Amino acid sequence: MSAVPPRDPDPAAPWPGPFIRYDLIKELVVALGVVALLAIVLTILFSSPDDPPTTIQSWARADPSDFVATSLTELAGTSEVAEYGPPYNHTPEATQKIGPLDLQSAAGVRIPIDTARNFVLDPLKTIPGAARLQLAIRVYEAAPAPTQEAWIAAYEEALERARFPGQQAVLVPRGRYGPVAPMMAALLADAQSGGLDGVLLAGEHRFYQTNYTKTLLFLSGGEYFEERAEGQHLLGTQWGMMNETGSYPGQVWLWLFTFWYQIEPFLESPNADALVFALMAVLSLAFVCIPFIPGLKALPRHLRLYRVVWRDHYREVES
Amino acid sequence: MADDRPAAASSAEQQMWTTWLRERAVSSLPPEKLLPDRQPSYVSSWVYVFGVATIAALVVVVISGMILGLAGPAWWHTSSLGRFFNGVHLWGVEIFFFVMVVHLWGKFFMGAWRGGRGATWVTGAVTFLVAIGAAFTGYLSQQNFDSQWIASEGKDGLNSVGIGAFFNVANFGQMYTFHVILLPVAVVALVVGHVLLVRRHGVVPPYPARAAARTDGAGGR
Repeated sequence: MSAVPPRDPDPAAPWPGPFIRYDLIKELVVALGVVALLAIVLTILFSSPDDPPTTIQSWARADPSDFVATSLTELAGTSEVAEYGPPYNHTPEATQKIGPLDLQSAAGVRIPIDTARNFVLDPLKTIPGAARLQLAIRVYEAAPAPTQEAWIAAYEEALERARFPGQQAVLVPRGRYGPVAPMMAALLADAQSGGLDGVLLAGEHRFYQTNYTKTLLFLSGGEYFEERAEGQHLLGTQWGMMNETGSYPGQVWLWLFTFWYQIEPFLESPNADALVFALMAVLSLAFVCIPFIPGLKALPRHLRLYRVVWRDHYREVES
Repeated sequence: MADDRPAAASSAEQQMWTTWLRERAVSSLPPEKLLPDRQPSYVSSWVYVFGVATIAALVVVVISGMILGLAGPAWWHTSSLGRFFNGVHLWGVEIFFFVMVVHLWGKFFMGAWRGGRGATWVTGAVTFLVAIGAAFTGYLSQQNFDSQWIASEGKDGLNSVGIGAFFNVANFGQMYTFHVILLPVAVVALVVGHVLLVRRHGVVPPYPARAAARTDGAGGR
């Protein structure tokens, strides 16, 4: 061991120069104390955000018009979820692709969702003591598809003139809606009572449940859910997921991921999600493999910022 | 105590897996290398603190997360003490990522992969990526509007590349399991491996004092 640091140390060889005392454990304990104290002080000053979740019930009560209009699209099979494609259903030409690569289709339909059945018909069948409603459901299910579509189209048109007295019911002018009108009225009442939340979550013959897929997909079809997110600057166009509700820092480390969505060609691409994921996968791999990528691994040598880190060392060996 | 075991027994011991592992571990990382009380003279910059600070923040995050987990995922919504520990958990995570990013940038500018230290960089970089997943599942496990919206938005990206079919962000049970067990174990294991590699190879020395004195030796060494 030399008392003078070498000018040109071999990074693969043991350090031949002088050593200094360095108490690693003391450093860790002090760092732990400082970080814990900082986290506690930040908690005392700012706490943490906790905006209550949106439920089907709160949605149906706050904006029954949006709830009924969304439910109608779920029944018609024209909602975003109904036409989503894998992993929820087999809608053709609905998947995102990376060039010719269709990973979304390759993964398959592993979380099957039939919006008409799962979000509307099956929940309505669970409502007890409603013989006329059950008859309406049977009439709807027995009708040919063109008739169902005609009822839904007529009801959709009528919704523009619908009234929601006290935000508690839906009243549409008389029309040729078949069983759709009583079905929608019953679904709204069920949702406002909180029954639909339970049915969507519990499914059939279940007690314990931790899977909120159906409820979340139903919620995400409505404008109410999105408007609430927009008010909290959470939309994709507002840098989305890297934000947190309120004025709190969120997942700021997702800034690069979110950044790509703000610029072309991703901004308007129908394959934006898949392309951004592919790009981030390549960038992440490059980040991990920096030590083995020619040019990139030599970059810090040319940037010379290391001279700031080791300024004491260079001052000594260059003096 | 003198070793008076017969030579045959000693030979048999040499073939034991336990013996092999111990001798391999001790030769790779003898105690004075595992917990040194000396460092090369160039280890004298504040930037070195951020690696230790990352571990410290991880400890705060893990402990506050364990406390939150004791009473279940809904506790912090109804208890002021739970809300306090959720705050410590949240701010611990923010500090963790801040100091880790500074640590990563510092190591990048130092070319810290030189001299056969490529695996050290790789484990650190992978830790950063896995930690992003751990934080993401944490945000999904909050059980509030933020979780709902992140699940609603996040599903599209994951579904678009087929991951969502297996990793369902709307499935709270699955996300919570990933958040409290699988990903924290992965992060801690990666950090342990990373620290052991740092201790084994030592802190990377400075670039040559005169830049023109030699060609670049990065990566391959």
